[in-house]
Amino acid sequence: MTPSSSPTAEGVLPGHDDAGGHDGHHHHPNYLVDGTTVKSWLLTIDHKRIGLMFLASVLFFFLIGGVFALAVRVELLTPGPTVMDAMTYNRAFTLHGLIMIFLFMIPAIPAAFGNFMLPLMLGAKDVAFPRLNLASFYIYVTGALLMIWGMLNGGLDTGWTFYTPYSTHTTTTVAPVLFGAFVIGFSSIATGLNFIVTVHTMRAPGITWFKLPLFVWAIYATSCIQVLATPVIGLLTLLVVGENLFSFGLFDPARGGDPVLFQHLFWFYSHPAVYIMVLPAFGVMSEVVAAFSRKNIFGYRAVAYSSLGIAFVGFFAWGHHMFVSGQSTFDAGIFGVLTMLVGVFTAIKVFNWVGTVYKGAVDFRTPFAYFCGFLFFTVFGGMTGIAVGTVSLDMPWHDTYFVVAHFHFIMVGATLMAFLAAFHYWFPKMFGRMYHEGWGLVSAALIILGFNATFIPQFLLGNYGMPRRYYEYPARFQALNVASTAGATLLAFGFVIVAIYLTYALFYGRASGKNPWRSKGYEWLSESPPPTHNFVGPQPTFPEEPHYYVAPKKDEVKDV
Amino acid sequence: MSSAPAAHGAAPAPKFAEHFASLEVQNHAARLGMWLFLSTEILLFAGLFVCYSCYRFLYPEAFAEASRHLNLTLGTVNTVVLITSSLTAALAVHYAKEGKNNLVALMVGLTLLMAVGFLVIKGFEYSHKFHEGTLPGKHYTYQGLQLPGAPMYFTIYFLSTGLHALHVTIGMGVLTWMGVRALTQKNFGPNNYTGVELASMYWHLVDLVWIFLFPMLYLV
Repeated sequence: MTPSSSPTAEGVLPGHDDAGGHDGHHHHPNYLVDGTTVKSWLLTIDHKRIGLMFLASVLFFFLIGGVFALAVRVELLTPGPTVMDAMTYNRAFTLHGLIMIFLFMIPAIPAAFGNFMLPLMLGAKDVAFPRLNLASFYIYVTGALLMIWGMLNGGLDTGWTFYTPYSTHTTTTVAPVLFGAFVIGFSSIATGLNFIVTVHTMRAPGITWFKLPLFVWAIYATSCIQVLATPVIGLLTLLVVGENLFSFGLFDPARGGDPVLFQHLFWFYSHPAVYIMVLPAFGVMSEVVAAFSRKNIFGYRAVAYSSLGIAFVGFFAWGHHMFVSGQSTFDAGIFGVLTMLVGVFTAIKVFNWVGTVYKGAVDFRTPFAYFCGFLFFTVFGGMTGIAVGTVSLDMPWHDTYFVVAHFHFIMVGATLMAFLAAFHYWFPKMFGRMYHEGWGLVSAALIILGFNATFIPQFLLGNYGMPRRYYEYPARFQALNVASTAGATLLAFGFVIVAIYLTYALFYGRASGKNPWRSKGYEWLSESPPPTHNFVGPQPTFPEEPHYYVAPKKDEVKDV
Repeated sequence: MSSAPAAHGAAPAPKFAEHFASLEVQNHAARLGMWLFLSTEILLFAGLFVCYSCYRFLYPEAFAEASRHLNLTLGTVNTVVLITSSLTAALAVHYAKEGKNNLVALMVGLTLLMAVGFLVIKGFEYSHKFHEGTLPGKHYTYQGLQLPGAPMYFTIYFLSTGLHALHVTIGMGVLTWMGVRALTQKNFGPNNYTGVELASMYWHLVDLVWIFLFPMLYLV
């Protein structure tokens, strides 16, 4: 770090110049300090820096989306108008949904942690197309700016699903927001394509397909969905923009168009999009559960294949969003059964995670705490998914708060737990510093509690018949709405604590060393933080399986 | 991106990015990436094919009748022109493999010429439709065909051929880039033809999409 002082030190302390073993650091600066100008960051083609830029962006959008979530919850504190008018409320929940889905949850784990970890886990120097990777980031930023520009100049009141024919007639700014979504789609496709090619062509010697870390399997399956589904919504957003600007009539019943066709095309992407959000989460959890149980993952191949299975059947389940659209009973039944197949594949994973913890030497740290929350949200959210996938049950629950609670549990609950687990688990890897474990556990408890307190009342609200997206509601729903808002406040408080201690750790956290968890994951074979080209010296070889843990005695892990 | 300095000698040295294990792997990655990208393009058009199928099912007579209002002669000529341009694009790859850079440039030039021809013919078709008012949605003013669903046919006609024409234009840009490289750098050869190959693959996709659009819109 201080080359100018080295000659002096040699002069003063002869014989000590080779001690310490810091040579590697001198000749191979880590990626964080290898170039410190703004330009060296903005024009970097290093997958780790691009991953961090994505991380900073998604965190920023998570903050905005979260603020609007709170605004919506505050408005719903009382049955009538509370803090805003109805139109503002419509715009607020649309903004919340759009930002959280397109700008936070879809890119969060793949684009931020996937970008950072995937090449490391493959023993590669970078992704296959580094410049495409950087382009993907700027495409994402461009799309985000377009969306936000539209939302500031008139806003959008359609909800994030922008159903036709309303979205083709509303006077709010459909065109820039949807065009922004179209642009972001390109970013998603570029990242997915890059990852697929990277996994195929850049595995280090020794890493066969069945030695891939499970996070890589999950990202691979996610990328397949991204590449195959995103073009369809890309086309659809263009069509709706065209409808809105030029009155093509494609989805407008007044001109002979069919709004149900819009729904088919929309959910053909947007249902698999749920798995774009949640499959990477499953991948993170497979890594975390093995690392903190100190035990090889139970049923590696089953976990790997089930990711592909979810990706596959996820494409045939979209019709369960349309049970009340006039679909035939036969179609609805088929879509119901196909939907439940997703539950089968998810259950395979859940049983394997539980099997991994069983008789493991559990090291209960923050990432593991998030794993526990994750397990609950996934099972509960998944079970309610089976429930709403049943036609007869979905009929009364459709478009009520039950559905809102269900998809928040599975999409947000699972993804958020995994995002936080990944953030804590890989924090030392990315920055070479440790966060405060005590605060980590406290905030994890707050967040898990707050999340439950927010959404369990919403299950009840939906069951009592409160429709989603409504500005006013009968007074008898108030108690549960107040409970939900209180839960959301607790949740927000938890995030504030995380933001504070992680920011502190970023600058003042103690040095973590190379592998503070003694993890067997391939990414930990590199330095923490890694050097610019990931591995110093000759290309590493990977003779062991990625989750090859031999459970040590309890006292061996205590001092970590 | 860092690349190895060009070797001196007969065989032209391609750009090699050091994060790949070998040049072979790098070319394989490029080809795989292109195939994946082309699959996304197919899916993009697939959405329009779905729209076509649905509305054809809803308005069978209007769609059958409206397709008679397209100029079959111009459509057929355009199909022949585009298929022929695919041949010259493939020949460009052939000559790139043999290192005959001038012939690569010639083949690319012929392809571009046919692409321009295609767009000009398409422009004549479009201007005729603008003139008689066979236009999408609320802009449909044509009096000669008043079946419900006819404006929908022209919505899909303009969307799909318009999106295709956009792809033709992008393809022309990519091919021009390769043609200029062949003329100025003259470094295509047995080890370095991936660029031309990828551009040509993209051009074949443009051609392939048209081969589906032509019978869908003009014939059935």
